[in-house]
Amino acid sequence: MIETEDLSKAFKDFWAVTGVTLRVEAGQVLALLGPNGAGKTTTVRMLTTILRPTRGSARVAGYDILTHPDEVRAAVGVLTEGHGLYPFMSAEEDLDFFARAYRLLPGERKKRIEELLEFFGLAEVRRRQIGQFSKGMRQKLALARALLHKPRVLLLDEPTSAMDPASARLVRDAIRELRSKERTIIVCTHNLSEAEEIADQIAIINHGRIVLKGSPLELKFALQDQARFRIRFAAPLNGHPLSLVEGAKWLGQGKDWLEYQTAQPETVNPLLIQSLTRQGLPILTIEEQVCSLEEVYLHAVEGKLNNVYQTA
Amino acid sequence: MSIKQLRDYLAGILLVAGREVREHFRDWRIIVPIIILTLFFPVLMNYTANRLVNFVQQYDAPIIGERLIPFLLMVVGFFPMSISLVIALESFVGEKERLTIEPLLCTPLSDRQLYFGKLLASLTPPLLSSYLGTTVYLFGVIYKVGWRADPMFIIQIFVLATMQALVMVSGAVVISSQTTSVRAANLLASFIIIPIAMLLQAESALMFWGRYTALWWVAVGLFIIAGLLIRSGLAQFRREELLEREMDALNLRWIGRTFWRFFKGEGSSVWNWWRTEVLLSTRKALLPSGLSVLVLFFGGLVGFSQAKEFVLPAEYIQKYWNSGELVNRLAGLQLLPSYTAGVVWFQNLRAIFLASLGGFFTFGVLGMLVLMLPFALIGYFMASLIQVGISPYTFIGAFILPHAIFEVPAILLSGGAILRMGASFAAPARGQTVGEAWLKALSDWAKVMVGLVMPLLLAAALIEMLITPRLALWLISR
Repeated sequence: MIETEDLSKAFKDFWAVTGVTLRVEAGQVLALLGPNGAGKTTTVRMLTTILRPTRGSARVAGYDILTHPDEVRAAVGVLTEGHGLYPFMSAEEDLDFFARAYRLLPGERKKRIEELLEFFGLAEVRRRQIGQFSKGMRQKLALARALLHKPRVLLLDEPTSAMDPASARLVRDAIRELRSKERTIIVCTHNLSEAEEIADQIAIINHGRIVLKGSPLELKFALQDQARFRIRFAAPLNGHPLSLVEGAKWLGQGKDWLEYQTAQPETVNPLLIQSLTRQGLPILTIEEQVCSLEEVYLHAVEGKLNNVYQTA
Repeated sequence: MSIKQLRDYLAGILLVAGREVREHFRDWRIIVPIIILTLFFPVLMNYTANRLVNFVQQYDAPIIGERLIPFLLMVVGFFPMSISLVIALESFVGEKERLTIEPLLCTPLSDRQLYFGKLLASLTPPLLSSYLGTTVYLFGVIYKVGWRADPMFIIQIFVLATMQALVMVSGAVVISSQTTSVRAANLLASFIIIPIAMLLQAESALMFWGRYTALWWVAVGLFIIAGLLIRSGLAQFRREELLEREMDALNLRWIGRTFWRFFKGEGSSVWNWWRTEVLLSTRKALLPSGLSVLVLFFGGLVGFSQAKEFVLPAEYIQKYWNSGELVNRLAGLQLLPSYTAGVVWFQNLRAIFLASLGGFFTFGVLGMLVLMLPFALIGYFMASLIQVGISPYTFIGAFILPHAIFEVPAILLSGGAILRMGASFAAPARGQTVGEAWLKALSDWAKVMVGLVMPLLLAAALIEMLITPRLALWLISR
């Protein structure tokens, strides 16, 4: 589990992260979304104890990052922004070095390296120098390194960047597989569809502050203080005058559709359907409209969010 | 620490070092110069030694050849170590630039394991090649020139090479862990290269002079400096700060502001500042001042002992002391003919600042050496007077004691402040960045200087000009 309280970091006079308060339960995946320089990497670095917070606190896998940094590092697997592989070493040597650094026993070490090389399709190139690897291969190897010691917490910074679609799919599937009751995962990403696909929670960070957080579905409703609906008719409207019921606000209409919003869909929707049918407009479908995550993200980073949903 | 913990601790160090060494040996940019300096250069030096020995023998000057061969041995041992500087300078900052440091810092390896691992990795390849090069040269001169070295001298050369490498590497690792780019580290390397170059010149002079015993003292000195550098590097190395520094920007405004904040402290008026800040900084310098008493006393003893080695002609001392010339000059107050109290004060201050500047870069060591000089001279003159049967107490009472009442405490306090400043670099306080710790140490030194040392030296200069000559005249003419 990861828990942070008012986690903040200043570099001299510049606050890179301010007041980040998060709680990610074991078994959950949190996607940290934000533009470049928003504070994602600084937050992850504080959680891995390689940056000391200026203010606030955090507990990672049950350990305080300030008082038990060694235990935190032993419990965390990290995929850093730059893969950080040694170009003169082979894939096998690199994994072996880190397996020793994470104090894996000899038998376990060999088995684990074997498993991971197989899983990421790197077994064939295990003895090739990393300097000769493609970007995608390096990323896979870096991910394998993060998983060596079966960490309880995984912090992944841009795990699928520079990967071809098939490799990215492999990594996303791996993240989903890695999710277990005991493991907590934070993924920093720019890829919104990836975040939506793998995360239970999304936190949008901008200028060092968490501006929005919640489940993907909750975020999609974040822009709306009233539910939006679209009614599609069985026949074109042909300029037919429409009259809505009280409580429904007209938003727009097209050749064969109508869009409206209401604060009380449970009472307004049946009345409106009844009214439209009575007006001789046969309804084909009615569906609730939600914003795309991209819209939510852009609104969040541009600071145009409804105050109700803002967390910081 | 239990045996298992110790084993795990050492395993971590060896793990870091082993990986780095393996990587170094795969990089042709490191391997090629090592091979050249290890194998080809000693052979070239053998050839040079052979030719030179033959050449000087033609002119019946074998001593030049005898001194040249050991000197070349030292050079052969030193050259491969220049690589150590390159490796050590980029040990941390190079990894940071290549973005490989972050995964390493995220492992459970401790700061000390990382630091010692890097140190060992930077030290091992150049040192091994230095030993190998020296051995190649030694065999060469044995077979080609027929020169047989004293085994103790060979040990001495190996020890000296090891100590030089240790100093260079430990200094370079400190630089590497505190800078943000390899370029900045290379620029700062002059702080290592220049002193080492000067040291090599001094060692060469000692070798040509035939003072091989002095080389042991050089080795001891290097060992102490290496220890201090390692201590300093360990104290200043914090993984949390390694990724914090992104630019080596020199923020003069911040430096000025921070120094002034430390220097001014809580003082609301000059008197209040003196009572609180100066006395507090002086109290902190008291313990190192006690240490400087011992060091300066040792300086006096060294000077005393050297009187036997460098004997002043007895007749000259007797003549000068008894001829009345001294009395005449004192009578006309021309002991220091063109000097005024202001000049004396300025000269003493200059010496103290020079000592402080030296101490600033050498953990106080060079500063203490400068302060030892006058005490060594006093010891030397005392011993010289004793040798010719003149009481040294007259000399002390007449020429030293009056102004020494103020000058010696000033020197001791300066010594304490310099040592404390050096110690602060070696072990900065927790919770402070290295820059803040340095400015704090500098401000403590400045408070002692401005608040106590400068006034004491002014009083001493006035006495030295106004009272000492009269007292000396009275004592000597009695």
